Amino acid sequence: MKINCQECGAEMDIPADSIPGEIISCPDCGVEYEIVSISADKVEVKPAEEVGEDWGE
Amino acid sequence: MGRITSELAKLSIVFDRLRWEEKELFERAKEEGLEVNLVDAKSMPLDLTSSSVPSSIADLVLQRTISHYRGLYYAAILERWGYRVINSYKSSHLCGNKLLTTLLLSQNGIPTPHTFIAFSRDSALQIMDKMGYPVVIKPITGSWGRMIAKVRDRDEAEALLETREMLPDPQQQIYYVQEYINRPPRDIRSVVVGDRVVATIYRYQPDDDWKTNIARGGKAELLKPDSELEELMLKAAKVVGGEILGIDAMESSNGYVLHEINNNVEFKGASSVSEKNIASEIIKYVKGSVSK
Repeated sequence: MKINCQECGAEMDIPADSIPGEIISCPDCGVEYEIVSISADKVEVKPAEEVGEDWGE
Repeated sequence: MGRITSELAKLSIVFDRLRWEEKELFERAKEEGLEVNLVDAKSMPLDLTSSSVPSSIADLVLQRTISHYRGLYYAAILERWGYRVINSYKSSHLCGNKLLTTLLLSQNGIPTPHTFIAFSRDSALQIMDKMGYPVVIKPITGSWGRMIAKVRDRDEAEALLETREMLPDPQQQIYYVQEYINRPPRDIRSVVVGDRVVATIYRYQPDDDWKTNIARGGKAELLKPDSELEELMLKAAKVVGGEILGIDAMESSNGYVLHEINNNVEFKGASSVSEKNIASEIIKYVKGSVSK
């Protein structure tokens, strides 16, 4: 499935095995999106959270 | 007494950013026959005053948030409600704070770099002068090597302390000052699961950095730990209350020193070189922990 980047309009490929919560990056501008919901013919995304001060190990 | 009563527990993996690790854990849990769901901590508020617990969270919880504080408080709440949370609130609290980790390591006879805590800029500077340069200064909470500095002389120390003093977070005015270990261009990371070291790697620092974090470009190489290192890793895991940890060590001229324990271990780097499936080892441990 393909959607367009909300920032630059580039086409982003959503792998078929994607699940809600997963992060996808725009191949052109690098903006990250989080998958909110996904079905066979529709995917909803929102901008992913910015890296937090307390992220990671 | 926990809430787990059935033989085959359901598992919830609490996350906030689905990394490679969480997807792997999710897939391996299904493979192990567990009934597993993913719980997004960002979109699941918890009612502290309710008499009932959320039905969408299983009795057994694997806490895997990328945000330390989200995971810490999620664990605190779920444990109070009787859930079995791995890692526990206590373990997350101890590992998430370098001051407490160092104190525990030292008190339990586990070699760790010489470390001072200074509670003012002036005393931090005095300690750094006394320890001699280079010296390392770290925030007591933090991750991916951020804000960790190798301070090479007094001028750098003064500049850094002045900057730290201006930061709004009061924890930045607690100064964790550590001896600089003159080590090879690598450190050691072990992934400990329960009472086993399941993978150990060298993490080689990139050409342009003295830090070895894989997130900063450090390169992984498989290492078979000797019995001394393995014993130290397991002892360290025990003193913080386990259970699934990433423990870091350095090779000093006096032998191994352990310097960090991570309660939310990222294991993609170790998995890329380990012959073991680390996610699978974690899930098997989690599954087996139901009866404990």
